[in-house]
Amino acid sequence: MTAPVIVGRDLRKRFKQRAGGTLDALASVSLEIAAGGVSALVGPDGSGKSTLIRMIAGLLSADAGELTVLGIDVAKDPQAIQDRIGYMPQRFGLYEDLSVQENLDLYADLHGVSAAVRAQKYPRLMEMTALGPFTGRLAGRLSGGMKQKLGLACALVRSPELLLLDDPTAGVDPLSRRELWEIIAALVRDEGVPVLISTSYLDEAERCDHVVVMHRGAVLAQGRPDDIAQVAAGRTFRAAPRGEESPRKLQARLLADPTVTDAAPEGGRVRIVCTTAPGDAAFAGLALEPVPARFEDAFMILQRAADATRAKMSTGPAPALRAEQLSGGVKAEVVVEVRDLVKRFGEFVAVDRIGFEVRRGEIFGLLGPNGAGKTTTFRMLCGLLTATSGTLNVDGADLRRSRAQARRKLGYVAQKFSLYGQLSVAENLDFFASAYGLAGAARRRRIDWVMDEFALHPLAGVLGGHLAGGFKQRLAMAAALLHEPDILFLDEATSGADPVARREFWGRVNALADQGVTVIVTTHFMAEAEYCDRIAILDSGRVLAQGAPAEIRSHALTEGNPEPTMDDAFIAVVEQARAAALQGRAA
Amino acid sequence: MAATSPGPRLAAKTSRIVALIRKEGRQVLRDPSSFAIGVVLPLMLILLFGYAMSLDVKHVPVAVVLEQPSSEASEVAAGFQLSPYFETRLTRSMAEAEELMLAQKVDGIVHLPADFARRAAQGDANIEVVVYGVDANRGRFIQAYAQAAIAQAGVRRAAEGRSDPTAGGQAVVESQLWFNAANDSRYFLVPGLVVLIMTLIGAFMTSMVVAREWERGTFEALFVTPVRTDEILIAKIVPYFLLGLGGLLLCLGSARLLFDVPIRGSILLLVAVSMLYLLVSVSMGLLISASLKGQFLSSQVALVVTFMPALMLSGFIYDLRGVPLAVRLISYLVPARYYVSLLQSLFLAGDVWSVIIPNAAVLAVFAAVLLALTRLTTRKSLG
Repeated sequence: MTAPVIVGRDLRKRFKQRAGGTLDALASVSLEIAAGGVSALVGPDGSGKSTLIRMIAGLLSADAGELTVLGIDVAKDPQAIQDRIGYMPQRFGLYEDLSVQENLDLYADLHGVSAAVRAQKYPRLMEMTALGPFTGRLAGRLSGGMKQKLGLACALVRSPELLLLDDPTAGVDPLSRRELWEIIAALVRDEGVPVLISTSYLDEAERCDHVVVMHRGAVLAQGRPDDIAQVAAGRTFRAAPRGEESPRKLQARLLADPTVTDAAPEGGRVRIVCTTAPGDAAFAGLALEPVPARFEDAFMILQRAADATRAKMSTGPAPALRAEQLSGGVKAEVVVEVRDLVKRFGEFVAVDRIGFEVRRGEIFGLLGPNGAGKTTTFRMLCGLLTATSGTLNVDGADLRRSRAQARRKLGYVAQKFSLYGQLSVAENLDFFASAYGLAGAARRRRIDWVMDEFALHPLAGVLGGHLAGGFKQRLAMAAALLHEPDILFLDEATSGADPVARREFWGRVNALADQGVTVIVTTHFMAEAEYCDRIAILDSGRVLAQGAPAEIRSHALTEGNPEPTMDDAFIAVVEQARAAALQGRAA
Repeated sequence: MAATSPGPRLAAKTSRIVALIRKEGRQVLRDPSSFAIGVVLPLMLILLFGYAMSLDVKHVPVAVVLEQPSSEASEVAAGFQLSPYFETRLTRSMAEAEELMLAQKVDGIVHLPADFARRAAQGDANIEVVVYGVDANRGRFIQAYAQAAIAQAGVRRAAEGRSDPTAGGQAVVESQLWFNAANDSRYFLVPGLVVLIMTLIGAFMTSMVVAREWERGTFEALFVTPVRTDEILIAKIVPYFLLGLGGLLLCLGSARLLFDVPIRGSILLLVAVSMLYLLVSVSMGLLISASLKGQFLSSQVALVVTFMPALMLSGFIYDLRGVPLAVRLISYLVPARYYVSLLQSLFLAGDVWSVIIPNAAVLAVFAAVLLALTRLTTRKSLG
């Protein structure tokens, strides 16, 4: 056994916040990363993953503690470490106005890579990243997945002694994620480079050799993912819904149960993590099928135990988000109708003859990689963009003619936080209420209502810009619900959110749908498709498949893979479509 | 790590700097905003100034006060009426003309008194020229043209064998510049233009490109390489320094061709002090962006801290001898002030060592202090 590459003892880092006060980004972190294999840092937003990685890269100094990387004291000689490691920051750090080749050359020059080594290295990097045909393209014109691969290639121009990747797969589609992991696996196998990666994807963490679970600047657990999964041993089950109940309804019901730590829809059933080993009488009538514990189960148990302050999912009846109750459940009535919708930006066809229907009370998901056309479709549905051609009906109103009428019934939560950072929570709500035309007692009542339901009262005076990620999202959703819309559009609402916050979000969406609100969401977390009644998969502006989650999953059904995940299904659908397109071109 | 001899180490350092400079150059050429600030804006400033100086003083409205028509007086008035430089309005009294001037209907008054013809015959005719001088530059031009128009009338008379009422002290042109009598620099524009362009490229542009690297996270990736802080700084200074020199050549060329401004001092000295000022200006830009790290804020601060003082407190627009003591004291902290002094003397007076040595010395101290501060503030750290 060789010496570990990273050894940290009692590391602390405190940041001053703009609002005054301090934030303990790292509170006594100790860790040890072995010389071989892939290690992962996992944890919710703000748990200190990036701070720790930057510290290891010598970009941040610790307030206290000791950190040794490759046997070098980081505090004493950060440059010696920076001379020897490869690092890809969260936003890839590429020069967008330089071409792929120029970016690579720059980093090769900076690392002092000789011409001979380049001649041998470049073809291999190009083969690995499949960027060969694009060497002349400006980095700014690459897709998210390609940027990520170029960032990785830049970090690998000289064989590093340690590779640090800060959240490289955030906002990247499953196909690109899988390719990145293949590159990393090859790197570890062929060159034996130790890799430390931070991620919010638990399935990625599960395949690593070593995992460090973080929470609010502290380490909750570290070790092999299999060993950590044992925390959940004997507490994980799967149950099928009975009769008419949909998996997401069952999931919502179970999550409200105090003896349940976590419940998530999965493959048409619900995966349950119990607080303690359940007795026979628990969950009357449900057939519980024990399943092996996974890393994700243990992660949820650890996070929930550590975070006693985080309110458990609302219990009892669904929160009354509407004054006027619509009757719940999916109706036959079509509220959103899209046919042959096309949007062109100059030569570029962003949305290419897509069509789908959404029924009242349904949760409908638009899934696809970045650039698939999800957000463009959304903006057209909300009347923010004019369609080039096609039919677009929302709740009986033709959006191409009477936008204002249609908009009154819509709530829209944009991808980025689009409220006012300089206004407090209460001021933001007040402003949006008046923008929707609410006044007087009605306005006060609605504002009180959403603040109750989203537990925003304690934060009423906090500036929007100072809220933590999860609370920003709550506020945005509260603002979109002030005018009691019949249809709610949520664009990439869970992008960048941690697993715990995502569960909360879907709990709220579920409750809304139960009250008859039609919800349309976009997401690139494929697993979240399980929460939807129906989904459509988009790629390059076209709908590749649509239907209930079970139908979509069946696309990837093979003998070798009897229970495909949504990720498998997505990859299968996209690859089939691309292969068909290639054949079509060849013919 | 095995100790390497200084030779290869220096070679590695040089190749890293060259790589960074090459990158910077490509970015300037490709990024529309750097191109706009580095090349288009200086060109526009030069053309604007050139246009204002060469074309703006045509068709100037003037009032010609003809108190008593006579052949001599009419001839002078006709000279104005025929000139392409003036739009003439004939009036009969000075009061009427002054009213027109105060209403800004005319920019100048040519006063031919009632006794013009009689005194012209006696040989001591008087023509009063009054110019609206709020815009000092324009005022000077109107004054000069008016004198030329009057002189021409005299030459014509002389050529026709008659006596010239304005020649040989017979007629005295009395010129007054209203509202801005203290203006004493005829060529203040060109040195000012040079200062503005050097400041713009040096401070404003550098602060923007450095802040952009912080903002886009490109520095973060760059830091985790063998690159050293001083190499990053050198690679940021050199391209914008060169771009600034390009701007200087543009200005000097236009000074000769467009503005006809003399360069009485040595060009070599002019370039040398400009390099000194560029160094000051670039390091101010680096210092601002290293401490603020946001593109928008950096460019705003750079504008307020460098460009505005260069415009207003350098002695380019306002004569510093005329400003209140407090403002004058602040102006001593503005590097542009020393550069303006240097430029004015090198352009208009020549190599006046008693001006050049102290001002250049102050600029050198500024450059040294600012560069040292920049080196201390810029760290390969995100904290």
